[in-house]
Amino acid sequence: MSVLHLTSDNFEREVIKSDIPVMIDFWANWCMPCKMMSPIVDEIAKEMEGKVKVAKVNIDEEQALTLKYGIMSIPTFVVIKNGNVVNQSIGMQDKQELLKLLGI
Amino acid sequence: MYDVIIIGSGPAGISASLYTIRANLKVCIISKNESVLEKAEKIENYYGFPKGISGNVLNSRGTEQAKNLGVDIINDEVVNIKYEKNFIVETVNSRYEGKVVIIATGKSRKSPSIKGIKELEGKGISYCAICDAFFYKGKEVGVLGNGNYAIHEAKELLPVAKKVTIYTNGKKPIENRDEELNVDFVEDEIKEIKGTNKVESIEFFSGEKRNIDGIFIAEGIASSGDLAKKMGVMLKGKEIIVNENMMTNIPGIFACGDCTGGLLQISKAVYEGTKAGLSAISYIRNKKG
Repeated sequence: MSVLHLTSDNFEREVIKSDIPVMIDFWANWCMPCKMMSPIVDEIAKEMEGKVKVAKVNIDEEQALTLKYGIMSIPTFVVIKNGNVVNQSIGMQDKQELLKLLGI
Repeated sequence: MYDVIIIGSGPAGISASLYTIRANLKVCIISKNESVLEKAEKIENYYGFPKGISGNVLNSRGTEQAKNLGVDIINDEVVNIKYEKNFIVETVNSRYEGKVVIIATGKSRKSPSIKGIKELEGKGISYCAICDAFFYKGKEVGVLGNGNYAIHEAKELLPVAKKVTIYTNGKKPIENRDEELNVDFVEDEIKEIKGTNKVESIEFFSGEKRNIDGIFIAEGIASSGDLAKKMGVMLKGKEIIVNENMMTNIPGIFACGDCTGGLLQISKAVYEGTKAGLSAISYIRNKKG
């Protein structure tokens, strides 16, 4: 599955009510580290299809979501299970570290 | 416009320059920091010096060798690397454009050990103004540091934040700075950075306390890790991750020497500088083709 782009409109449905864990990548176009993380995030989305939903929030466009999750640095990766934040990590990291964040 | 910009003039950076300049490329080395090598009183375990050699002499011989071959040695402090068609290396006094950047700035310093910094990372403590300034629109922020790098980070924050203060933590701020810089300097020694879910205040040993929304760490000269982070170069801890060709995850950015971890030895730095130089040559040639 490709990476899902979250907005305030689809957030409730895609994240809060999701049956499977969701990993959200908070990013921005001008953030080089975020761009460099993108291929890894895409890879996880493909490999974890059906087990984990991988999504992105563009912090320029979705400031309410950014504020709601207290994001103050990007990239930030947040894992949400049953509507609650269960894990969070800041900055660039390799695939293994992201998988660890997901508890895999 | 350079083919190769090397940051750092220790054994790794110099070795990379020797190979790239001899391949007929236009090469510069930008360096400001005093290398660890210069401080080594006597080196007795490096090939070819039966009586040992002082680090200072070895270092100046390397620099002389590079200079004689036509490498531009630029004495300036690098504060940022960015990408605009080519790589742009910004220094205190100028900016340089290059097709390839080789980071050879030595081992990153330890993070400052002020209480609260580790705990509040990403919650108001940041290591990259250009990445995180956005989150401090209209807020009061501090920069921890006392040199040009701190001033560079403060300048990135000024257009966004309501107020920017540089906290030198007991050190003297550098002289000859831009007089129009709209930044206060506080020289008191810092006791703790406080906050529950995010940075709320900064406390000094003097007993004084200030409310603040965020603190950007920019002590001393920008380290390899600091520069890498701005570009999105992958790190493991503070060490730059490279492949067998000394290339980072960003095509065209190489790293070599102590900044990649492993043995902190001249022989290792020379090997990695050589490898980075040779890889940079083939990278540039393949790109042309």
